Amino acid sequence: MKKTHIIALVLIAVAIAVLISYMGNVTTYDTIASARKNEGKFVHLVAKIDKSKPFVYDPIKDPNYLAFTALDTLGNSIDVVYRNSKPTDMEKSERLVLGGKVKDGRFECKDILLKCPSKYKDDIKAAQKELNASTETY
Amino acid sequence: MNYTGEHLLPGQIGHFFAVLSLVASLVATLAYYSANRALLPADKQSWLKLARGAFLVETVSVLGVFSCLYYIITNHYFEYKYAWQHSDRIMDTQYLLSGFWEGQEGSFLLWSFWHCVLGWILIATTKKLEAPVMTVVSFAQFCLATMLLGVYVFDLKIGTSPFVLMRNEGMFDNAPAFRDIATGALRQDYLSLIQDGNGISILLQNYWMVIHPPVLFLGFASTIVPFAFAYAGFVNNNDEWIKPVLPWASFSAAVLGTGIMMGAAWAYESLSFAGYWAWDPVENASLVPWLILVGGLHTNLIYKSTGYSLRTTYLFYFLSFILILYSTFLTRSGILGDTSVHAFTGADMNVQLYLFMALFIWLLNVTGAADIKQKLIVTGFFVGTLVAGYFYPPTMLLSFFGGLGIVYYYLQKNVPSVNKEESSYSREFWMFIGALVLFLASIIISFKTSVPVFNKLLGTKMANPEEPEFSYNQVQIFIAIIIGILTAATQYLRYKDTPKQLFVKKVLWPTVAAIALSLLISVFGGIQYDKHGVGFLAAIHIALFASAYAVVANASYIWIGLKGKLKSAGASVAHVGFGLVLLGVLLSSAKKEVLSKNTSGIALFEKTKNEDPAENMTLFQGIKTDMGKYHVTYVNDTFGHEANKRFFKLAFEHKATGENFTLYPDVIKGKGDNAEPAANPDKKHYANKDIFVYVSSWLDADKADTSSFQPREMKTGDTTFYSNGFIVLNKVDINPAQVNRPVNPGETVMLLDMTVFAKNGAQYPVKPGIALAGNTIRNLQDSVIAQNLVLKFNKVKDEKNGILEIGLKEASIMNNAITLKVYEFPFINILWIGIIIMVIGFIMSIRYRYRMRKLNVVK
Repeated sequence: MKKTHIIALVLIAVAIAVLISYMGNVTTYDTIASARKNEGKFVHLVAKIDKSKPFVYDPIKDPNYLAFTALDTLGNSIDVVYRNSKPTDMEKSERLVLGGKVKDGRFECKDILLKCPSKYKDDIKAAQKELNASTETY
Repeated sequence: MNYTGEHLLPGQIGHFFAVLSLVASLVATLAYYSANRALLPADKQSWLKLARGAFLVETVSVLGVFSCLYYIITNHYFEYKYAWQHSDRIMDTQYLLSGFWEGQEGSFLLWSFWHCVLGWILIATTKKLEAPVMTVVSFAQFCLATMLLGVYVFDLKIGTSPFVLMRNEGMFDNAPAFRDIATGALRQDYLSLIQDGNGISILLQNYWMVIHPPVLFLGFASTIVPFAFAYAGFVNNNDEWIKPVLPWASFSAAVLGTGIMMGAAWAYESLSFAGYWAWDPVENASLVPWLILVGGLHTNLIYKSTGYSLRTTYLFYFLSFILILYSTFLTRSGILGDTSVHAFTGADMNVQLYLFMALFIWLLNVTGAADIKQKLIVTGFFVGTLVAGYFYPPTMLLSFFGGLGIVYYYLQKNVPSVNKEESSYSREFWMFIGALVLFLASIIISFKTSVPVFNKLLGTKMANPEEPEFSYNQVQIFIAIIIGILTAATQYLRYKDTPKQLFVKKVLWPTVAAIALSLLISVFGGIQYDKHGVGFLAAIHIALFASAYAVVANASYIWIGLKGKLKSAGASVAHVGFGLVLLGVLLSSAKKEVLSKNTSGIALFEKTKNEDPAENMTLFQGIKTDMGKYHVTYVNDTFGHEANKRFFKLAFEHKATGENFTLYPDVIKGKGDNAEPAANPDKKHYANKDIFVYVSSWLDADKADTSSFQPREMKTGDTTFYSNGFIVLNKVDINPAQVNRPVNPGETVMLLDMTVFAKNGAQYPVKPGIALAGNTIRNLQDSVIAQNLVLKFNKVKDEKNGILEIGLKEASIMNNAITLKVYEFPFINILWIGIIIMVIGFIMSIRYRYRMRKLNVVK
């Protein structure tokens, strides 16, 4: 066997080991119910903002405190706290991916990914809405 | 029915050209393919003639589609969905271009356009290789043309046309305003109701959006050239392509690299991602082909000089383009929706996008197959796994990896290789190891990026790790160490074999110098990034050495190895640039500092290993605030020439040195009343660091304040109380000499001269009033910021007795306030300079190779 082959095999083995260890690090997309069950475990929730509940962000008092209630597709909800500034356009977002963990019944959120109609204009419904809104003045 | 004001002709012409381009590219593909197969020179010539003619028609068609679409956008023909979705009337001209390539269709067009440009350069320069190389380019053009077709074949939609009309796309289905009340049909004059387009996303209204996509797509398009050259070798079973491909591979690496880093610079300069690289899937998807291409470039050099690594060169050039197609699939199919901040969302083109990639794998399989039987078997495999994948998604993995496996099998079978072992003291040995490491790094990155794809196919629910960026960094830092050291030392080895002592003698001084330099950085640099433990910190320091080594050793090599002959120093220069990039990345990330820490003294929450403390701070207008090393004052805000852009003037003052500077971060407001603004940062550049500021949120006191004005009746000399003192009305000034607010010509101004006496003894003059012009009255409020007090003049209550009504408001928030995030990025310039040097190195080596070939031809 050539040296290059041996080194190649070793490197491939390392790469596989790295990927396997990565598999150990991945988290899961979870429902609110199962996130509550696994308190303290880092999970990702796919949810939306519960518009009927208060949405708290007052940069005057504390620019690093955002609190709202998230609602998942199964209808469960949970209070979310995000200790950072409010992402732009967050209220308009129809879908949020929240990374964090449940602690004392609240979801301590570490990062928020937004799915905004404004950014994703291939979404025909959002575009129609926009179109309607633009003509409402007539 | 004819609708008033529609312009249907440009769309019809555009669509005609789109169809023509499909046909022409198909003809060109078949003609080039036949030209390559033809044995008789006369046949070959006639096929080539036909092929070039077809490619000319193809080029004209692509330009035609391009022009029609651009014409529609610049003329604001909002009856076209593309124009309505991606442009509006108030956009600056350069952003109309951004709008052009914001959508799927426009960006495919851009890609197609570059293929045309590259195609003609290839036709002019490749001579014998023209037929096979252009077969591939034309075939890619054919695939791209299908993306713009927008026709249905048995319910299956092929492509999306950029020339579809709003009214045909169901855009008015839920819009009663556009419908005739009596009949419910679309109004004949519906177009007059569309006042303006939707415009491009405010995040994209930026000059980077004008230049980044064309460069990136030129990079994408150019990766087809090494693929096509390798295909030429594969189909004709020779290695004639190995020299002419070199300048092209360098070109592709330079342009794709520039395109990627322009994206990084954009993210850093003007998006509030707070950095230039986040291992976002979209970023990874274009980095991976670049890494593999660079690997291929190196194995290509090995083969040219020693005869080793031909198979690997084929494999890497093939993979590089296939991974470009994979990245196209990833970013456009919508599959990254939950993991990326900036992927397109689905336009129902998943199948087509996958086919685009799978067809090129199949092309290689069929090319490798020896006879008609094998060709049928691989085609059967291709069709069978695709159909099976339609019903049972996990089979798609078999389709993809099986296809690549077949490519690998035929490479082993058809491409010769040298069995003699390389010497450990040879350049090719270590270059090969380096290329292999780059390849494995790409595999690891691809695998992590593809998790959403696995989820989709296998039904799993894997999400990013808790710290996605660190999960990349912790692996890639070791890749950086290996690559850095290899980049440094390998140049000092000769091809085939190097006398041991000679190597040691030459490499010794650069090594010592690099150790000394990196020790200086490690000891005095103050790098204490222990957030991820001592092990990672140690890795950072080793990586610092590796990158310093790459810089020093390659710079010295220009003199030690090449005796200062700069003409042939392209590779060394590119390596110096690469080393600087690594160094810049390490220094700027490991020493990145948050300056806007919460300095109020109130701990909002405990700092833990994983959680940053408050990184945002609030500033009130006019109030000097303590921010670590600086005092910051939010002075005022102004509007730029774009009415929706608001600039915040921030005065910084360094506490220790007293240095002053002003920064103007801005926010752009989107359309509609509820639209939230998007932030653009501003930076103070120093030679050794950047102060990076952006407004993370902003509060308009007028809107946010909920308290209301209380009416008070007063006449001259009267006193009225407020919660913290009293106010005296001294006199009424009519047309005073001095008015501290802007007054329009022709207005009569009346001010109430008042004094506020606070409990603590402080006195504040205040002058609310009105400005009169004919029948219009403008209210001139005045306020005492320190007392949270706003005063205005309401009306004259009793003219005879001189009783006036004053409005008094004690506001909860007095001032406009902004929330600020401030970072310090040290040595970020090393990164940018490194990229520029690397690209210069690539250009130098392209020129050098080109001249060498010319000289060879003369000889």
